[in-house]
Amino acid sequence: MATEALALDGVDALYGESHVLHGVSFSLAEGRVLALLGRNGAGKTTCMNTVIGFLRPRNGAVRVFGEPVQRLAPDVISRKGIGLVPQGRRVFARLTVKENLVVAHQKRGGAWTLERVFELFPRLKERQAQDAGSLSGGEQQMLAIARALMGNPRVLLLDEPSEGLAPLIVAEVGKTIARLKREGQSIVLVEQNIQLAFSLADEVVILNTGRVAFSGPLDQVRTNEALITQHLGVF
Amino acid sequence: MQYWAIQTLNSLALGGLLFLLAAGFSLIFGLMRIANLTHGALFMLGAYIGVSVMRQWPNLWFAALAAGAAVAIFGGLLERFILRQIGGNVLGQVLVTLGVSFIIADACLLTWGGDPIPIPTPPLLQMPVRIGSFIFPAYRLAVVGIAVVVAIALYLLMERTRLGAMIRAGVDDPQMASAVGIPVSRLFSTVFCLGAALAGAGGVIGGPILSAYPGLDADMLPLALIVVILGGAGSLLGAFVGAFITGFVYTFGVALLPDLAYVILFLPMILVIAFRPRGLFGKFAA
Repeated sequence: MATEALALDGVDALYGESHVLHGVSFSLAEGRVLALLGRNGAGKTTCMNTVIGFLRPRNGAVRVFGEPVQRLAPDVISRKGIGLVPQGRRVFARLTVKENLVVAHQKRGGAWTLERVFELFPRLKERQAQDAGSLSGGEQQMLAIARALMGNPRVLLLDEPSEGLAPLIVAEVGKTIARLKREGQSIVLVEQNIQLAFSLADEVVILNTGRVAFSGPLDQVRTNEALITQHLGVF
Repeated sequence: MQYWAIQTLNSLALGGLLFLLAAGFSLIFGLMRIANLTHGALFMLGAYIGVSVMRQWPNLWFAALAAGAAVAIFGGLLERFILRQIGGNVLGQVLVTLGVSFIIADACLLTWGGDPIPIPTPPLLQMPVRIGSFIFPAYRLAVVGIAVVVAIALYLLMERTRLGAMIRAGVDDPQMASAVGIPVSRLFSTVFCLGAALAGAGGVIGGPILSAYPGLDADMLPLALIVVILGGAGSLLGAFVGAFITGFVYTFGVALLPDLAYVILFLPMILVIAFRPRGLFGKFAA
């Protein structure tokens, strides 16, 4: 049995009084890619926010390699090995590209350094002295991914990396994620772009109004049109 | 001519002192959104601590360092045990810092008495300096020099170091900064201590010009507020430029139109608030 890299165990989460996650449980094995899918408002981003510690679960546990983290602050959770590429990218607009990367660097015995990240994204190297706010959307997405990698994460959370990008750039982002997967990076991928998610995922979890509607290997979803139509509303 | 040259130097010296005071105020406000109204009191507390230190060891620079360290510790405790407890409550923090500044003022009055206490100028800087046909008090030139050195040091810290970049990331998006592993709240405490240290040391460095007296806090705080509103909160460059503008406006206002000094002082501030609320170099509206 593979090592459990990340697990949500019966997580209830609330924004104010509105209940957005109801007993959500799923787990990611080390070195695998888990696609977290569902319609808008299903609770996907809330799951990511709960893992990184932006939101504390009311009940339940979040475990990183077996260690409960649900009571910790985001900077501590990050240092436990969670890297987040957030929805909307959220690069530090007034820092240069290079500064965005340097401030996020954590060694943790990992292989990612400024040089290697620049090798993966040559465009960022060209623009390293530029303010991050002046980059295009696609470049900002690359920077957000690069920034997360600089922390040498044991688990990488990607929250809608294709959102708002031109198809060519989406393909490039997809290629990058595929390469990370080949290198053994454990990844949770939140996506609205179902094709992209299916092309990368080993496991699929589908959320519907804050509950897990399906959880299983990719093959069981790909062939199940009823499931796709009901919860994802495509095809 | 000599009169105007001296007024110019006085303006620069006051500007330098105001920079030491306002740089910390501006950083703290820009970073933590705390309008720290104890800042004037921290300046005064520094001056009084300097007085006591100099009675034992009569060296102004040592006294400035000691007062800076003592006030930094005081500021750290204030931030950790009071302000953080009411984080996010802006009005609460304003009222608490105002209240704490009254407490500091009363404690100073109790400890050091009600008479102004002069702080002697270091002997090496007592003689006047002749530049061309003008004669300047050396100490005031030194104050300008210190302000410039501190400004450059702060600039390098904020713009050229990883620590500075982390602080700026924390200003840009505190939540995201913490998500990449930056200990934002610890950094903010450090900045608060640094700001307090600058105010405390500034009180001692200002001592030979202003001396230590009850009410020094209330004289300095509005000037710091004007500097930050003019220059823009959270901007070092803004604090620097704002401090010297305020130094000139105040000095020349008092010299030329003593009856209208405060009008002249507050008028630019009102204009800035009305037409450019984020100040000359600021990131957001004060």
